[in-house]
Amino acid sequence: MVKRITNVVFAGLGGQGVLKASDILAQAAFRQGFDVKKSEIHGMSQRGGSVTSDVRFGDEVLSPMVPEGETDYLVVLAPEEVDNNRGRLRDGGVLIKPDDIDATALPHAKSLNVALLGVLSAHLDLPESDWVEAIHAALPEKLHKLNDRAFAIGRSVGNKR
Amino acid sequence: MKESNRYLLSGNEAVAQAARDAGVGLGTGYPGTPSTEILEHFAKLGGRAQWSPNEKVALEVGLGAAFARGRALVTMKHVGLNVAADPLFTAAYTGVSGALVVVTADDPGMASSQNEQDNRRYAVAAGVPMLEPSDSQECYDFTVAAIDISERWRIPVLLRMTTRVCHSLTVVRRRDVGGPPGAPGFEHDIKGRVMVPANARPAHHRLREKLADILAWNESSGPNRWIERDNTLGIVTSGIAYMHAAEAAPRASMLKLGMAYPLPVETIRRFAGSVDRCIVIEEGDPYLVDAIRAAGITADGKAEMYRFSELSVERVRRILADDESPEPVPPKGKPPALCNTCPHRVAFTALHDLDCIVAGDIGCYTLGALPPFSAMDTCICMGASIGVGLGLRHTLPEDQARRVVSVIGDSTFVHSGITGLVEMVYNPPSTGHVVIILDNGTTAMTGLQEHPGTGRTLDHQPTGKVCYEDLARSLGIRNVHVTDPFANPDEFGILLKAALGASELAVIIARHPCLLAASKIKQYERAAKEQRLCSAVTNTGN
Repeated sequence: MVKRITNVVFAGLGGQGVLKASDILAQAAFRQGFDVKKSEIHGMSQRGGSVTSDVRFGDEVLSPMVPEGETDYLVVLAPEEVDNNRGRLRDGGVLIKPDDIDATALPHAKSLNVALLGVLSAHLDLPESDWVEAIHAALPEKLHKLNDRAFAIGRSVGNKR
Repeated sequence: MKESNRYLLSGNEAVAQAARDAGVGLGTGYPGTPSTEILEHFAKLGGRAQWSPNEKVALEVGLGAAFARGRALVTMKHVGLNVAADPLFTAAYTGVSGALVVVTADDPGMASSQNEQDNRRYAVAAGVPMLEPSDSQECYDFTVAAIDISERWRIPVLLRMTTRVCHSLTVVRRRDVGGPPGAPGFEHDIKGRVMVPANARPAHHRLREKLADILAWNESSGPNRWIERDNTLGIVTSGIAYMHAAEAAPRASMLKLGMAYPLPVETIRRFAGSVDRCIVIEEGDPYLVDAIRAAGITADGKAEMYRFSELSVERVRRILADDESPEPVPPKGKPPALCNTCPHRVAFTALHDLDCIVAGDIGCYTLGALPPFSAMDTCICMGASIGVGLGLRHTLPEDQARRVVSVIGDSTFVHSGITGLVEMVYNPPSTGHVVIILDNGTTAMTGLQEHPGTGRTLDHQPTGKVCYEDLARSLGIRNVHVTDPFANPDEFGILLKAALGASELAVIIARHPCLLAASKIKQYERAAKEQRLCSAVTNTGN
């Protein structure tokens, strides 16, 4: 039996919500009963530097880090970080980048991370209700509506691709 | 599918959860990436947690709690154990009456540290058992095991984590964990706890007997896993390296060691004898492979190039294939920088403009070494700025000595700068000296933790507050200035220039809250004020 693992890498800059986005995906997969591992490096990265975070889920996940060239979905929040991380994608892997979303349509610039999760959600077999619950669990209540909208915008973009 | 006893936790959160489930009565430590969240989470779960001024004090407080039959958890990053090593080595001799678990969070690859020392060496040097978890479930299980071992053998236990284990989220199931066997209380044991030579000599013998006993237990029923698969390749491994190895070589037999010291050498010998090729996959120093070979067991290790930085699945594949070709260089990302609105920027601009020789220290402000400031010349360890600055002043020709400045943050000053200030008063350089305390009112680098200079405890409640200017004046330093670099950037430069020109000792405190912490600090202050008003009303009511 081949154990199927889904590998997602998030990349961006400190302060963009890279870690928040990876937390939400990890929670959504966790709620579906998958084995999940999420890895990140923080510390110096809080000061505006490059940040990446890996999420892996499936039957059984071993290493918490996605091996080079085995990324199924690369979600990049900052245009200048696309080229740095492109090499992590496997052949045929999917790149999701900021200009997939019409920034002017977003309810708030800070909700780009959740909008890109919306795009990603169209590719993954996780129920929308788990996504919404995971988003609500990760963010304060006053931001729920705004991020629900951002997620819906991303999801409709993803569904059209 | 939905199961209630199932949690997605970081390794740090899992340690805190286990400590809470086991009824740990006191958690102490000093913030340090990647260990910081353990005590914060322990407090969030309702545990009693407190930041100490530094790791040495944290370990001493934990030891006192364990002398009183309590269960204590002490947390720090790897370099913190250097600071706490003094009490650790002798606590191994005295042992404990309750439980003492010391977490060392190592940082291979130096995501946020000044070195990548491998603290497995400390277990051997101090003679203290060490457990090494590889994911959050083991962080939970091994914290419980460490408490059990500590109580059973009355010995401190080290729990060695690494950045990936601390910060990765993985699935955890909790279990029923018994609380402490008895209530705290004190029994005199002068021979056992007063380490004068006559008492310490037999204590050392007792320690070696305990370790021999723990070794026998580790051989027969320690937290090690022998996974028998294809016997052409056998991998001895521990910690996060196990996960990478299990993914890189799914068909290999594995001996996964949970206890890094004392090593179950006879188990390893049997394992090595059961496979055609035995290879040790470990992150960091060749600690396991050296010990295994010293026991006369034939085993391959990794090439020297893999001693550096973290391991990964692809690096383990290369080690297994004896591949020593140059590794692909990861693309350079954007480096971190001082925030645009950081109050420290004013100080580093002045230090740059006045062409100072800057002995620096550990914190966000170490980023002052980067362009455009390039205004830091040394950074060694917590508190080193003051001693190193003084040594430079004592030795450099006068025109250079006069440009030497020590720069230290507020939390770092409380941690290890106070003794440096005493040294400055005791052995002043002939040209005087200038110490700048960059006081942003928080431990910013590790994520805005409180410290004794903020006047608030770990959970942001008001408490006693250390005042740096009073402290400096009480030591006899006459030139002590407090300035707000944000409100008055020119004044900082004028003060610094004047201090550099005088042959006296000077302390300049540049005080402005970290912009990331400012709103939270205001909130805590408001809450404290309301609390005071409330208690005043209650007192009047009496």
